[in-house]
Amino acid sequence: MALELQSVSRVVKGQVHLHPTTLTLEKGTMNVLLGPTLSGKTSLMRVMAGLDVPTSGRVMWHGQDVTGQRVQDRKVAMVYQQFINYPAMSVYDNIASPLRLMGKSAAEIDRAVKSTAEMLKLTPMLGRKPLELSGGQQQRCALARALVKEAGLVLLDEPLANLDYKLREELRAEIPRIFEASGAIFVYATTEPEEALLLGGNTATLWEGRVTQFGPTPQVYRQPMDATTARVFSDPPMNFIDCRKTGHRISFGEAVNAPADGALAALPDGSYRAGFRANHLHLNVHSGTALEFRCTLGVTEITGSETFLHLSHGANRWVGLVHGVHDLSPGAEISLWLDPAHVYLFDPSGRLVVPAPYAMAA
Amino acid sequence: MEKTQNNKAWFLVLPVLVVVAFSAIIPLMTVVNYSVNDTFGNNEFFWAGLEWFEEMVTSDRLHEALGRQILFSAIILAIEVPLGIYIALNMPKKGVWASVCLVLMALPLLIPFNVVGTIWQIFGRVDIGLLGHYLAALGIDYNYTNDPVDAWITVVVMDVWHWTSLIALLCYAGLQSIPNAYYQAARVDQASRWAVFRYIELPKMQGVLLIAVLLRFMDSFMIYTEPFVVTGGGPGNSTTFLSIDLVKMAVGQFDLGPAAAFSIMYFLVILLVSWVFYTVMTNLDKEEGR
Amino acid sequence: MAQITLKNLAHSYLPQPKGEGDYALKEMDHIWQNGGAYALLGSSGCGKTTLLNIISGLLRPSQGRVLFGDTDVTDAETAARNIAQVFQFPVVYDTMTVRDNLAFPLRNRGMEASYIKARVDQIAAMIGMEAMLDRKARGLTADAKQKISLGRGMVRQDVNAILFDEPLTVIDPHMKWELRTQLKQLHREFGHTMIYVTHDQTEALTFADKVVVMYDGRVVQMGTPEELFETPAHTFVGYFIGSPGMNLLPATVQGNRATVAGTEIPLAANYTPPRGRVQIGIRPEYATLTAGRGLPFTLRRVEDVGRHRIIRGEVAGQPVNVIAPEGMAVGTDLTHVSFAPDRISVYADDWRVTGGPI
Repeated sequence: MALELQSVSRVVKGQVHLHPTTLTLEKGTMNVLLGPTLSGKTSLMRVMAGLDVPTSGRVMWHGQDVTGQRVQDRKVAMVYQQFINYPAMSVYDNIASPLRLMGKSAAEIDRAVKSTAEMLKLTPMLGRKPLELSGGQQQRCALARALVKEAGLVLLDEPLANLDYKLREELRAEIPRIFEASGAIFVYATTEPEEALLLGGNTATLWEGRVTQFGPTPQVYRQPMDATTARVFSDPPMNFIDCRKTGHRISFGEAVNAPADGALAALPDGSYRAGFRANHLHLNVHSGTALEFRCTLGVTEITGSETFLHLSHGANRWVGLVHGVHDLSPGAEISLWLDPAHVYLFDPSGRLVVPAPYAMAA
Repeated sequence: MEKTQNNKAWFLVLPVLVVVAFSAIIPLMTVVNYSVNDTFGNNEFFWAGLEWFEEMVTSDRLHEALGRQILFSAIILAIEVPLGIYIALNMPKKGVWASVCLVLMALPLLIPFNVVGTIWQIFGRVDIGLLGHYLAALGIDYNYTNDPVDAWITVVVMDVWHWTSLIALLCYAGLQSIPNAYYQAARVDQASRWAVFRYIELPKMQGVLLIAVLLRFMDSFMIYTEPFVVTGGGPGNSTTFLSIDLVKMAVGQFDLGPAAAFSIMYFLVILLVSWVFYTVMTNLDKEEGR
Repeated sequence: MAQITLKNLAHSYLPQPKGEGDYALKEMDHIWQNGGAYALLGSSGCGKTTLLNIISGLLRPSQGRVLFGDTDVTDAETAARNIAQVFQFPVVYDTMTVRDNLAFPLRNRGMEASYIKARVDQIAAMIGMEAMLDRKARGLTADAKQKISLGRGMVRQDVNAILFDEPLTVIDPHMKWELRTQLKQLHREFGHTMIYVTHDQTEALTFADKVVVMYDGRVVQMGTPEELFETPAHTFVGYFIGSPGMNLLPATVQGNRATVAGTEIPLAANYTPPRGRVQIGIRPEYATLTAGRGLPFTLRRVEDVGRHRIIRGEVAGQPVNVIAPEGMAVGTDLTHVSFAPDRISVYADDWRVTGGPI
């Protein structure tokens, strides 16, 4: 039981919203669409749901072509960023509405509504109207309405974006639990890499209407296939530096060199782009092979237990995330150490040539 | 946002199309027929081609009526639009008084046109009308039956009384849609009342204002009942606007050919102006990114 | 620039408030130092926007006084207080160009054209919109409009304070980074008093020198990000700051030992048994999984967040989270969880209790 998109594209008035995309989502999987706004996540979801007809390509559900089928005829549920509920109906009626449309018996409806409400902790609120509830509760009501009809495909378009930070955390922790119970295909769109990591499952990274990579979330995170995926899937943003390989050495400029070991030895000589994540920069020498970079410190941001360092190294602007509280003065020249095992090597066109050794070992 | 095709929608529209066809399109075709023939309506048609059109275009009488009409519409718009905006800006937005004001504003719009005309006709009479009587008592020489200027003033004031509410209500609706944050930001930015009007309220009311102006222009350009009831087109022909003239021609003189030609041209002018407004409005919408 | 003082301030939206529950802002005395970068942190409905609007003059408090420096401004209009405020949703004057939008507050105060031009160019460079200065503001993305709003809030140099009401809500995570850094930089350069309202702890902690945490209309703690993290004064602060928040376990505390569900664990200070509902709090960063030391722990889920792992489980039926370094193996032999004694906080009826020396 799978959802298959075959070379699906969408062009609206000459603008390409979605480049030809092929994707297969298996039953019972949680799939995250990760990308900045306007990267094509909503367009892709709308094509999956049947709200929009793709300009080219086919949508297959259980092996059947459903491309032209209207969304009302498919078993799809969708939850939006704005808490969308029927304002004049109580929470009970809201959740019951799709079942009533399907013509189920009153006893069946009652059972399904009560069990879904229980799962989403809405039981005490069944008698109230949506506008009397808090934002988090309204979104739970919308989620309940989506889940109660036991659709095969549940689409969530940044459902937690309008909620408080802490509420987002709580609801986000519940989504995997709810998802496991239902067995449907879940598709969850978000702009935050951390959400993708917390939800697990599979992730598809999107950039400017293209899916750059699709696979199990930890894998896409640790083994990005190109620089775009790496950039989309990093928060703080990934740091880059140009480097050159000559013979047995990789030079990062200013007499910072690393031996070309392991997979690096097989690389042809030339210019490459090295990428590494912010949390792999350290303020002390933590390993024998660590490379030292002299940087000028811009602003430091303290988040209680960690510190963000905004650095410039030559023309590069970097962000470092270090443990502990360090209140260093801006303008200071400091050294940061990076273990070559944490470095990804990309060719000038952005394709990954050598993944970071630590990621391969995990 | 494109919706998936739903062909059933056409069936729902069919009854409307049938009604419009019978009540508008077919009669219109009849008028076109009359305009290119010479007839007295007794089913005898003599081809006249564009003769009637030529006669109408060169007719002085039509030019004068047109001139009066344009002057009337211009005065109406010049008074009603600013007045309507001013009223809308000062109507209360919340509370009991908001509902009371809305009802009061709506009342003039609910009165049938010929009743409006009759009200003002009696109101303005020097012998029994409240207005006419008190004006005469104050020593003002007011008589709309034999002074063209007085007739004009009466007709203009009547129209303003009747229709300003429409503009006020439309603008009021437009104003309601402005989020509070804009007013708050203006206070923070230390903007003057005029700046708030010019940069926040007016732009947001643009869409509604355009609709309001279009409606008022069209209505005033076609105005018939109210001035006819009050002045009958007089004194002389000082308040004979285009439709009054047209009716005189068609019904009074039975000049069906010229009247039909006149109607067609009249219709085309209104169509043209509406199209211009519509294009401007949709271009504005496009700029907003809608 | 001025020090802002709030005296006996309270606010109720109801005309006849009867009890504490009717007040959106409970009575408070507070001083905002001149030139400080403050964050007002709390969940929705805690009163932070109410407080901000009282400071800016958009709302008149039902009780108390607001002073700018030595001047009582409680009755003064917003325009007279000379503050700048940036709202959550972009407020942009559609008919004007980006340049005119940024220049608007300056023009309203009658500044010189050459000064206005220089200042607008400077702010435009800061928000990254120099290329769009002569475009009409209508039709831009929500992102760009909010940046213009931000720019307009900062274009005046002599403001008493700049107030931000959750300004980065509509902005993408990548752009949030840059703007946060620039706001901080702006504060360093010009030293305005800045008050930043948010429900996002990362935004609050990274921006502010001092964070004011609000809960249910009350200021619960004010301190540096470090203080709030290490020594939360209220369980709400412990819960709200940190992702995931502080673990709270019901316990009995006596001397320098705490008992949780029958097991004793050491504390770093001496406590007389507190009165009321007693809990101990420990942040997930300071909890470690062990093979036998500490409290019995039932593992539920392991989440990989990239730079570390979150291990979710239970101690005596209460949810407990542990943060483990990236790549650490979580074997089945790790059946217990141990807490660093000097990081354990003791709470009675939600307020922190300080212990004596051992």
